Amino acid sequence: MSGARTLVTATGLGIRRAGRWLVHDIDLQVAAGEIVTLIGPNGGGKTTVVRALLGLLAPDAGTVRLADGVRVGYVPQKLQIDRVLPLTVARLMTMTGHHKRAAVRAALARTGVEELAERPVQYLSGGEFQRVLLARALLRAPDLLILDEPVQGVDYSGEADLYELIAHIRDDEGCGILLVSHDLHVVMAATDRVVCLNQHVCCTGAPREVARHAEYRRLFGPRAVEAYALYEHHHDHAHDLHGHTLPLDGSGHSHDHPHPNSHGHGHDHDHGHDHDHGGRRHAG
Amino acid sequence: MLDDFFVRALLAAVGVALFAGPLGCFVVWRRMAYFGDTMAHSALLGVGLGFLLGIDMIVGVVSVAFAVALLLVALQRTGLTATDTLLGILSHSALSLGLILVSLMAWLRLDLMGFLFGDVLAVTAAQVGLIWAGGAVCLAGLALIWRPLLALTVSEDLARAEGVPSLRHRLAFMLLMAAVIAIAMKVVGILLITSLLIIPAAAARGLARTPEQMAVIAAATGAVAAAGGLLASLHLDTPAGPSIVVAALVLYGLSLAASPLARA
Repeated sequence: MSGARTLVTATGLGIRRAGRWLVHDIDLQVAAGEIVTLIGPNGGGKTTVVRALLGLLAPDAGTVRLADGVRVGYVPQKLQIDRVLPLTVARLMTMTGHHKRAAVRAALARTGVEELAERPVQYLSGGEFQRVLLARALLRAPDLLILDEPVQGVDYSGEADLYELIAHIRDDEGCGILLVSHDLHVVMAATDRVVCLNQHVCCTGAPREVARHAEYRRLFGPRAVEAYALYEHHHDHAHDLHGHTLPLDGSGHSHDHPHPNSHGHGHDHDHGHDHDHGGRRHAG
Repeated sequence: MLDDFFVRALLAAVGVALFAGPLGCFVVWRRMAYFGDTMAHSALLGVGLGFLLGIDMIVGVVSVAFAVALLLVALQRTGLTATDTLLGILSHSALSLGLILVSLMAWLRLDLMGFLFGDVLAVTAAQVGLIWAGGAVCLAGLALIWRPLLALTVSEDLARAEGVPSLRHRLAFMLLMAAVIAIAMKVVGILLITSLLIIPAAAARGLARTPEQMAVIAAATGAVAAAGGLLASLHLDTPAGPSIVVAALVLYGLSLAASPLARA
């Protein structure tokens, strides 16, 4: 994605609390049209970085710079809305801005939850609520989408659907997306660039490269690497079975994606082959 | 018409309720019932200081209540005392300081009971005018900050990330609280003001689907409670302020019984 507009840049970012650096020396950029995933162990500072990028935390070191005129859509990790506050989905959508009814409906339809518009937000399932929050963020026509653990409370098959939807959104809107996740394999295949965070940036690069990285193995263990390969295999299989094109393939961005399918169906997907083809596609 | 003491009382009580209801919704949503109580309990100190310094009573009450709110927020930030403890400390200390100050100014001969429990039947035409004018200004102020304050109430992080400034709206809200205390003092007294904020709002919850509906229903409920309580006090010869509170309580009970949302 060279040439794409950089939306947000963190340089040497550090956040300090009670004499301890929660995160330090973070260099991070998100450009228009790319999906960057922030992974790392719990307590590794992912949400801290996100909050700093959003301007909710003032940096104690370094800088965070949002490019001029960049509109940010944010889906927080947790949003508990108490029953004492009567709130329908439609009203939640227009919380910080006026939007026409049709626009609200369209945004909800986009994430597949149009029928929930008049429902109280307190009675939604975890997956429904995440889709509503995503629709809410989209309604702002954001240049940059920041999603903190968007699949929390979503079951396994819903997870894959949600990531697919996120990839679609990037393709259609051309916005930059920063995803935070602690789960590895599912999210990594839908990502352009992975930033592995544990107080500092341990490693960064294409998912395939990061998965091979020593730091990544140290943080998540060898099983995480296997899980990634396993996921790729499953993904291929699904593609073959149903015979339709999965979203990442037909996006027109395929030269940027380390998509497993593009490695050809002739390969068997053992680790050795993964190595051979690992970084090859990631010149861009 | 305003010559009649009862009509004046009715207008005063309904006027206060119409403003207290919508503001009270935020008190309920933000779980600030005791915060409001603490501010209200400082009102007597404001009355005393007002007399001492020769400034208008309303200005005195609003200033002291607002100052107590700021002090509370500042003390919360130290993190060394739990919020409920702080509320108890400030609430009772402010009330005690007010009682002491008023007792020291023996020449004042204040009607202490009137300040503590309200004296709506003695409200003057000028005071009714003040309640309605002040209430209208405050209601306009609330309408102005309604959307951002609601967004901050739903999620402070989300609202701030989308560019809603937090501090100024919270300060504006505290100022409105201080204003409603100054205005409502005459009707139910400083010890009962919080009830006028939270009971109608609580009654409205079960019948509302959106925040705006809840605000309107709370205002209407408060107005009905004010009128009903005053009528009851006239017929039963009960104290006016407490009668309004009990009428609101009855409406709250009815709303629970009627609400499709309440579950056992």
